[in-house]
Formats: sequence, C-alpha cells, structure tokens
Amino acid sequence: MTATPEPRTPDRPPADIVFDHVVKRYPGQETPAIDDLSLTVRAGETCCLVGPSGGGKTTAMKLVNRLIDFDSGDITIGGRSIRSVDVTSLRRDIGYVIQQVGLFPHMTIAANIAVIPNLLGWSGDRIRARTDELLDLVRLDRAFAKRYPAQLSGGQQQRVGLARALAVDPPVMLMDEPFGALDPITRTEIQDEFLNLESEIDKTVIFVTHDIDEAIKMGDRIAVLRQGGVLAQYGTADGLLAHPADDYVADFVGADRGLKRLSLRTMREIVAPDGLPDDGSGPSVDADASLRIGLSTLFAAGTDSVRVTDGDRVLGRVSLAQLQGAVSGSTV
Amino acid sequence: MTGLPAQVIPVFSGTECSPDDPLCWSWVTGNWSSVLAPALVQHVYITLIAVVAGLVISLAAALFAFSRDWFATGFGGLSTLLYTFPSLAFFIAFVPITGISLTTIEIGLTSYTLLLLFRNALTGLRTVPRNAIEAAEGMGLTPAQILFRIRFPLALPSIMAGVRVATVTVISLATVAAAVAPLGLGKPIFDAIHTLFDTELVATGILTILLALVADAVVLGIRWAVTPWLRAAR
Ligand SMILES: Nc1ncnc2c1ncn2[C@@H]1O[C@H](COP(=O)(O)OP(=O)(O)O)[C@@H](O)[C@H]1O
Ligand SMILES: [Mg+2]
Repeated sequence: MTATPEPRTPDRPPADIVFDHVVKRYPGQETPAIDDLSLTVRAGETCCLVGPSGGGKTTAMKLVNRLIDFDSGDITIGGRSIRSVDVTSLRRDIGYVIQQVGLFPHMTIAANIAVIPNLLGWSGDRIRARTDELLDLVRLDRAFAKRYPAQLSGGQQQRVGLARALAVDPPVMLMDEPFGALDPITRTEIQDEFLNLESEIDKTVIFVTHDIDEAIKMGDRIAVLRQGGVLAQYGTADGLLAHPADDYVADFVGADRGLKRLSLRTMREIVAPDGLPDDGSGPSVDADASLRIGLSTLFAAGTDSVRVTDGDRVLGRVSLAQLQGAVSGSTV
Repeated sequence: MTGLPAQVIPVFSGTECSPDDPLCWSWVTGNWSSVLAPALVQHVYITLIAVVAGLVISLAAALFAFSRDWFATGFGGLSTLLYTFPSLAFFIAFVPITGISLTTIEIGLTSYTLLLLFRNALTGLRTVPRNAIEAAEGMGLTPAQILFRIRFPLALPSIMAGVRVATVTVISLATVAAAVAPLGLGKPIFDAIHTLFDTELVATGILTILLALVADAVVLGIRWAVTPWLRAAR
C-alpha cells in the first residue's frame, strides 16, 4: 500500500446531468422501463439511484452514455444534449464502472488502465505517470501494474475498474452497483475509499445501487425509483428519511429510518462544549463516530450519557435526550 | 501414374539391406541426405504454406463474418463443403487447372484447413466475456476497436486450438497429396509402396509421425507465447 496521494485539481470541471421528461420503452414491452423521468444531478454531486430490481436503475444510467437510447425527452450534460455529441467522444468523457468490472483479461492492469489514453494518443511517459498516479489513488500497489486481472481479488479488480474509469479524468462517472459483488468488509473499505477519493476528484456521479444504506452513505442526493421507472422521490438522505414522500418511499428507506438518520451525523456535531460536565465516568466514543455508534455505546453500557473523546481530549458528554433531539428535529 | 519422374524403384541394391528387414538403418543413413531430408524439408514448407494461407484466409473471413451473419453462413457452408470432398479426388480435380504442381497441392490442403480455422476463429471472437465487451462499449471503444483489440486477442486460444489440429491434419493429408504431385514425405512413401522394400516406407512413416509431434509442440509453443495472460498464476 502506498502513501495518501496528493489531492489533485481536475483538468476538467464537473458538469451537471439533467434528465428532462425522459421516456424509454423497450420494444415489445407494454410499460416503459423509464417513465417521464426528470432529474437534475448537480455538478460535482453524487446521485444515488435506488429502487427495486427491475425498477429501471440500470436503464436510466445507460441512457446517459447512450448504451441505450431513449425514446423521448432529453438528457443534457453541462447543458449539451447527449444526442448532439458523437457517441464515442461522449463515452470517453464518462467514466463507466460496472458490478462485474469487465476488465480485459488479456491485458495487464497497466494496459487496462491505459486503453483510452492509448486511443487518445497519449505519450508513453504520460501514460506511465498517469497509471502510477491512478494506482496510488485507488490504493493499489504499483507492482500490480504488470499483473493480469485473473491474478487479482474481486476488490482489487474493482479498484482497477475505478482507475480505468478515471484514466482520462472524465467529468462524469456512471457506476452500476459497483461494489455489489464484494464481500461486506471489502465493500465497506472500498466505499470509504471512494468517498475519500471523491472529495479529491470533483466529479458528477450517478451511482446505482439497490441498497438504501449504500445510497445513504455514498449519495449527496438519492433518487428513489419505483417499478416502471417512475421517480418516487428525489432528495438528500436526511430529507428522504425525515420526510418520505409516500408509503412506498417510507417502506423503501425502511421502518428504521429514525435510526438511519443517526448514521448521518457524528458525535462531534452535537457535543456541546458547555453541555453536560464530564465526571470522568462511563463509556466513551470517538468524536467522529456516528450518532448511531454513540447510541449503541450508550445502550450497551446501560448509562444515560456518554463521553465524547477526540484522541486524549474529552470534548464533553452527550445524553440520550440529545441524541433523540438530533433526529426528531425535522431536518438536520 | 504417368508424368512422374522415372525413378520409382528405390535404390536398395548395393546395401546389405534385405527387403524383408522392416527398418534397415544403413539404408536410412545412406539415403538421409539424398531422399529423406529433402522430402522432410519439402513437407515442412508444404505444411507451412497451407496452414499459414488457411489461417490468413480464415482470420480475414472470421473478422469480416463477425458482424455479417450472411457471410458467416456462406463462408461456413463453403468451407464445410470443401471439407467433405474426398481428399484425393479434390487434389486430382485441380490437376487440369493448375497441373501437377505445388499449387494444386496447396489449394487442396488449404481448403481443408478452412472449416476448422474459420469455425474456431469465429467461435473465439464470439465467446468473449460479456462484461469486458460492455465495459469496452461504455468506455467508448468503437466496434472495430472492440473487434481488433478485445475480441481478437481473446480469441487466440481458440484460434491456436484450431491451428493445432489443422497443422497435424495437413501433415498427414500432405502425404496423400504426393499421389498427385511427387513432393514431400508422401513421395518416398508412394515410391516404396510399389516395391517389396519395407525400410523406406517405415522410415518415412516414422519421420512423418515425428514431424507431426514436433509441429504440434511448436504450435503449442506459439500458443504459449501469444497468450501470456493464461499462464499468469494467481
Ligand atoms: N435489453 C432489454 N430489453 C428488454 N427489456 C429490458 C432490457 N433491459 C432491461 N429491461 C427491462 O426493463 C426494466 C428495467 O430494467 P433495469 O433497468 O435493468 O432495472 P434495474 O437495474 O433497476 O434492476 C425491467 O423490467 C427489465 O426487464
Ligand atoms: Mg440493474
């Protein structure tokens, strides 16, 4: 594993993606797969598309890079209709990551990453430098460059998939259940790293998942689709959890949505410097732990307040009532 | 057989070999440079020409046929037809056009490789991992780039499997072709068939088998060299 890479400023600024009354009907199907979808993904934000299996998530995503063509409406990226752009150059400006990764088995990791740079005629030196930079970015040892995909674990392959998608620094990324095939530990690890990486590289991302918890974790905003490709609700995780638009969304985000909201904030955010005095007793949690962890710690210890620590420093105490107040308020 | 060189009886007088001796070593050493080695060399290039020509035609046809079903059906049908002709009749059929020549032999042998090589190449091009193709499309590779940069290399194992069988087939078929034009290892075999002398037949037969084994090993070596990803251990 290599050191944390330097944050880099993107060569190309992110662009917003706008779905404008988009309809997609597959031939021979009675109902549309995407029905009058209007949605704006703001530049630099991550939009998680969630919904039931067969709800049209993949279809909606593939409309953006024209792997599937819509029937009516329009989709624009940075204000330009995707139909006005040559499809090859459109796709080269969009990073594409799929669950099954789809690395080219006959190419080394370096060659996989370099496919598009090669087609764009980058020099060997530039490609090598970029490959090293990308391997660092996705936390893969540079020694992997010479290996073949079959020699890598699933998690490592998906890191390469990410690196390959990022190769030419596209302003837009499309990701279809990218971590869905990974074991829970690897998934959490790569999710965290992607969040971290995303804060360094400014991209507009459409992230498809069927897992509402993953959507809450990864998305700046969440679009909930219902069967038939109809948008049920679009908003921030906290908005969806606090105010689900209807029973369908309430059901989809889960009956434990109150608890889920606890995951959205950290103890640091609610610990008040002038709050409860620290009597030095009872359990403690790290300031960057979520409220959910705080509540769990508190319950496990059977106390009614918990110390919040930041390294050796005690920031204060948080009570059960404070935790309750933090999530019962309408929005955060 | 008319039109063949006069010397159809192998020279075994002057050696201490008996016609009944199945493999008389002194004949082999005495005739190595005059009979066996030239026939072997001829056989190697007869085979090489046929396999390389067959491969070039089949690969071009398969690449062209990949996105054109009508051509895949047409060329597949033609190569099947060519394959079903009895080999000797096929060689003889071309004599009026191309004469008793290397060309006649090569036309026959090359035709025989087409079915195998074309089928294997086309199957190889078609059976690549779907995910890789989807990723390639999504990344913005054009259909031609996907065909040449992704599908073609991934078809190499299948193509080389075809080359392997085609090579061994051509080596054995080429001995039959000597009935039409006296070239290659078939020539000493046909010469010896008309005589009571076994050694020439047996020695040439063994030589043909050895050539097939060596050729097979060479093709395997090429396959090894062109598919490095297959031997990358986990
Ligand atoms: N290529 C296709 N041809 C016909 N119908 C399709 C095709 N792809 C998807 N569908 C249908 O469109 C609907 C939405 O599918 P999809 O976008 O894959 O959903 P999701 O990704 O949410 O599971 C489903 O009913 C599916 O059967
Ligand atoms: Mg899907």
